[in-house]
Amino acid sequence: MLKFENVSKVYKGNKRAVNNLNFEIEKGEFIVLIGPSGCGKTTTMKMINRLIEPTEGKILLNGRDISTMDPVDLRRQIGYVIQQIGLFPHMTIEQNISLVPRLLKWPEEKQRKRASELLDLVNMTPDYLDRYPDELSGGQQQRIGVLRALAADPPLILMDEPFSALDPITRDSLQAEIKNLQRKLNKTIVFVTHDMDEALKLADRIMILKDGRIVQFDTPEEILRNPAGEFVEEFIGKERLSQIRPHVQTVDQIINPAPVTVRPNILLSNAIRIMKKQRVDSLLVVDREGKLRGYIDLEIINQQHPWTGKVSDVLVENMYKVKTGTFVRDVIQTILKRGLKYVPVVDDENRLKGIITRTNLVDAIYDSIWSDRENGNIAQ
Amino acid sequence: MELTQELIYYYVNNAWYVWEQFVRQFLMSAYGVLFGAIVGIPIGIYIAHRHKLSPWVISLANVIQTIPALAMLAVLMLVMGLGPNTVVFALFLYSLLPIIKNTYTGIRNVDPAILEAGRGMGMTRMQILRMVELPLSLSVIMAGLRTALVITIGIATIGTFIGAGGLGDIILRGTNTSDGTAIILAGAIPTAIMAILADVFMGWLERKLTPGRRNKRSRIS
Ligand SMILES: Nc1ncnc2c1ncn2[C@@H]1O[C@H](COP(=O)(O)OP(=O)(O)O)[C@@H](O)[C@H]1O
Ligand SMILES: [Mg+2]
Repeated sequence: MLKFENVSKVYKGNKRAVNNLNFEIEKGEFIVLIGPSGCGKTTTMKMINRLIEPTEGKILLNGRDISTMDPVDLRRQIGYVIQQIGLFPHMTIEQNISLVPRLLKWPEEKQRKRASELLDLVNMTPDYLDRYPDELSGGQQQRIGVLRALAADPPLILMDEPFSALDPITRDSLQAEIKNLQRKLNKTIVFVTHDMDEALKLADRIMILKDGRIVQFDTPEEILRNPAGEFVEEFIGKERLSQIRPHVQTVDQIINPAPVTVRPNILLSNAIRIMKKQRVDSLLVVDREGKLRGYIDLEIINQQHPWTGKVSDVLVENMYKVKTGTFVRDVIQTILKRGLKYVPVVDDENRLKGIITRTNLVDAIYDSIWSDRENGNIAQ
Repeated sequence: MELTQELIYYYVNNAWYVWEQFVRQFLMSAYGVLFGAIVGIPIGIYIAHRHKLSPWVISLANVIQTIPALAMLAVLMLVMGLGPNTVVFALFLYSLLPIIKNTYTGIRNVDPAILEAGRGMGMTRMQILRMVELPLSLSVIMAGLRTALVITIGIATIGTFIGAGGLGDIILRGTNTSDGTAIILAGAIPTAIMAILADVFMGWLERKLTPGRRNKRSRIS
């Protein structure tokens, strides 16, 4: 929905604040711009609603070059939230929230209805409508700042360090709320921050900027797993890398590659023998091409007493399995919740690659805590 | 005692005349400030937005302010002749400085974050001026008008020298009489009262127009 083509901004005095940016953002994405102070985050963001005009290049919104649009119209279609909140102190909360609807000349009733509807969205009661901004706490004020940006239902919202002036607890709850709202309302958000925790928490994709250039533009997982160079690594922080790594480990890294398997065409009596010999109570059934067909376990076999049939007669096909490349943290939940003893890992062709057992998980978690200890900080 | 009696005697006998001069003086000042506002507020807004110009404009207004009132009247009289219009024009010039300065200050003091929020949400320049800058600087602008009015009420007294009338007439008459203390006071006291009343009233108006909750609340209660 938003596309930058070779966009540069050169300020007076030949300061190249943004240097040949090329990127594209899809509808519904939560994009976080991050980087050290002065790297061009604000400049990049303000070029989107034309508070700053690019020196070179083109910015396309839904395929239309924004430089051909009326800036005032453009801005009314784009929500805008700033760090200093910037509520109008002489207007009531309602007047503040309905500012853009008023500029767009919505009927008054609709404006009022919309304002209380929005308040409801952040669990504030309608009696706030008639209050003034200075009667609200900082956190409440910024909630109103966010609602004000949502009022005319713009598909795209820009936020420049909106929570950085708030205390950590308030910031935390506002982060959760904004992420929620974004999902619920399917908004595209471009969000500037200098706080990596915030970026990791909110972003679908993080754009790391340095000296007006993109250093890396990728999902939080990918950035943590494969930081593009020392700059990114340093920016993420060594501490965090060691803390977060276990959570972005994939199953492949802790897989047990040699589970006990049987072919579907062998006799149950033989299967029992294998179980006894390998000291396991369940067997994965794999065909000649290595594809996972299902499993059998002691309970199933027991019910079939004279063990004359074949494995293929009794195997259970419907079982929980994961693809290679799945994050460990996504598997942990399922394993714990369903009380599974192990989970098979298969590739795209359903070929069995190994299994993840509870023991493997314990190892992974233990490793992460242990490596933290070595770094001198224990994760709480 | 005698003085008070004389004063009362004067007022009783010249009540209508004193009232007439009172109103006349007030109107000259009010018109001066009114024209000052009509010209000064837009200038103040303009230089607040192009504030490179502001030192020039404000120094000019400052220079006007430093010209002694009598000299100013004398020079204007040469061009515009005698009568109240010349006085109103002089008062207009004197009211410019406080009005321009306060308008400029009021608008420059609006929080830039608020302006950016307004612009970023798609307000036009006019909408920002009308819906944000003016309401937020109104009380400061009012303070400028208040200063201007009090200054001009004082200065208007000397309008009598070029035949403009006003309470200055009474004072001048007193100075020309051998024992005219009472008559001087009869002109001076209403002038002082007018200045104080104007100050109090404008101060009240200024507080009313201060944006924000405290004042809105007190209006309700
Ligand atoms: N109006 C301006 N004139 C000149 N230089 C500017 C202006 N605005 C920003 N800059 C410079 O451009 C660079 C990028 O600024 P900015 O986009 O605000 O960075 P960030 O938001 O990432 O901290 C900085 O070096 C800053 O000093
Ligand atoms: Mg910035």
